Amino acid sequence: MEPLLKLQDYTIRFATPDGDVHAVTGLDLDLAPGEKLAIVGESGSGKSQCWMGVMGLLARNARVSGRAMFGDRNLLGLTQRQLDAVRGAEICMVFQDPMTALNPVLRISRQLTETLEVHRGAGRREAEKQAIAMLERVGIPDAPRRFRQYPHEMSGGMRQRVVIAMALLTKPRLLIADEPTTALDVTIQAQILDLFQDLVTETGTSLVMISHDLGAVAGIADRVAVMYAGRIVEDSPVDDLYERPAHPYARALLQSIPRVDRATADIRPIDGRPPSLADLPRGCSFAPRCGYRTDACDAAVPPLADIEPGRIAACFHPVHRHTAADSKGSRT
Amino acid sequence: MTAPLLQVENLLTRFEIALGMFRKPVGLNAVNDVSLTVAEGETLGIVGESGCGKSTLGRSILRLIEPTSGTVLWQGKPLTDLTPEELRMQRRDMQIIFQDPIASLDPRMTVGQIIGEPLAIFETALSRAERNERVVETMDAVGLAPEMINRFPHEFSGGQAQRIGIARAIVTRPKLVVCDEPVSALDVSIQAQIVNLLRKLREEFGLTFLFISHDLSVVRLISDRILVLYLGRIVEIGSKDAVFDHPAHPYTQALLAAAPVPDPKLARSRKHVALKGDPPSPLNPPPGCVFSNRCPKVRDACRTAQPELRAARTGQQAACILIEE
Repeated sequence: MEPLLKLQDYTIRFATPDGDVHAVTGLDLDLAPGEKLAIVGESGSGKSQCWMGVMGLLARNARVSGRAMFGDRNLLGLTQRQLDAVRGAEICMVFQDPMTALNPVLRISRQLTETLEVHRGAGRREAEKQAIAMLERVGIPDAPRRFRQYPHEMSGGMRQRVVIAMALLTKPRLLIADEPTTALDVTIQAQILDLFQDLVTETGTSLVMISHDLGAVAGIADRVAVMYAGRIVEDSPVDDLYERPAHPYARALLQSIPRVDRATADIRPIDGRPPSLADLPRGCSFAPRCGYRTDACDAAVPPLADIEPGRIAACFHPVHRHTAADSKGSRT
Repeated sequence: MTAPLLQVENLLTRFEIALGMFRKPVGLNAVNDVSLTVAEGETLGIVGESGCGKSTLGRSILRLIEPTSGTVLWQGKPLTDLTPEELRMQRRDMQIIFQDPIASLDPRMTVGQIIGEPLAIFETALSRAERNERVVETMDAVGLAPEMINRFPHEFSGGQAQRIGIARAIVTRPKLVVCDEPVSALDVSIQAQIVNLLRKLREEFGLTFLFISHDLSVVRLISDRILVLYLGRIVEIGSKDAVFDHPAHPYTQALLAAAPVPDPKLARSRKHVALKGDPPSPLNPPPGCVFSNRCPKVRDACRTAQPELRAARTGQQAACILIEE
């Protein structure tokens, strides 16, 4: 099947007074129609900037190269006008903070109907009908009354439902959700994740869910791409990644998270911290923190290579065949 | 028997909320009738969602926020009776670590000044050289290289800055440290470093922790006992294993069912029993049990009075009338 979105050698740099910051470096990624992809990484890994770039929302000092093919269009080469026709219509985005994603001085009704009027040419009546139906669909009780309210009259969880409703109103082909539950309490987070799961399956929309939380995406993703220092280091089907991670960073990350469902007190931190994006090492970015490092790792960046059918990892010493016992964890 | 290190009885912290110039302010009980004891060397984990009062509880115990009523006994002596000067000196034994590592450090002070300041206040007998020695010793204990002593907070990453905050808290060798979401602002891999550091320091210096967090998995990792707060009230308190393995209160059960687990098969199979709706506003709590309007097991009797804590079969206490059945 033709991918819905294809990133090729996709690179983002920010020009700063202290030199170039390499936010995203040489990314290659395919997303199939209907696929649910999680992008996981820590702060500074480039996971958000990558998708801000796809949406044309980067800061002005950004320099983007490579290609982001959406069907037969390269999103990186579109004029502002062409981009406006895609954004909010075919590709929609849900942001982390539902407090700031909504305009505080406009009623929910105006904010919801606007996208339909602009992108779908709907009349006011028709737009209102669809918007209220969508509010009901995302689980907002008493939707016709809520429809007339301002954002500050709603709780955080409720506002995030409104944002999701707004994003799905135009029936986009791709939904990008950037840490959509991070600002929410755990019981509300569970509600919103369930909602995403149901809606995406129901509408057949492709989903990119960006998260720092390997727990939050486990139940929703088909596939997970792990980013580190601006690069994808592993891209695997979800079960493989959690059961037999191939990249030492993916493995170390999984071993560093405490689990609510286990009594064990054993977590292994990853020593050190990620490299500065203004001064990346010549070889593998994770090598300085890696227990499997050899001279080869310092000499060149390992390319993303097939390690099993459907799995790629950027490592000279992938660990997916190791058992838990021969883990070297991170460098000690 | 010696008195527990800390004993809190019927603590209530009430805020008056102004609703506007011409309206009467309303009272909000951020901490409502909380009683607990903490033994020396023990770690009590305090969990709950935003607005449940967990930070206010920690601060009320230290009298950083003045509680409205109730008593706090420190080694058997009432803290609430101390004069401001006595209280100030008592603070040497009771320190706090804050959530935002960068914001909680003065940007114009060097690391050495930040960590040394509590000594300048509490241990005036120390000479300059002795004070410096203690600072370096403490930096070493928290994993900061001594040559960083003259640097400023902005030169540090979040994880490093939190180490500075921890060093400042333990430099006077306190007995009790209130850890208020100490790892919530940090990346996962750094979180684990800091949790392990806190566990090491607890052992090394015989510390007692009140560990406040919204993250159940982190709390499970570090605590001996767990206290679950909802709308300012204790809904469940008991040993870590009892609370996590056999949660007795329907709210604790819901919290645990909602907590994400990094296991795709388990995550897909779990139907989030999902609590419906949002927590009620503490300005307008439901009548009866605080959890009654969201509780999946609610009965008519729940809507009449707030249940007292009662013992569950598995050893912990929970505030739910269903427990005796």
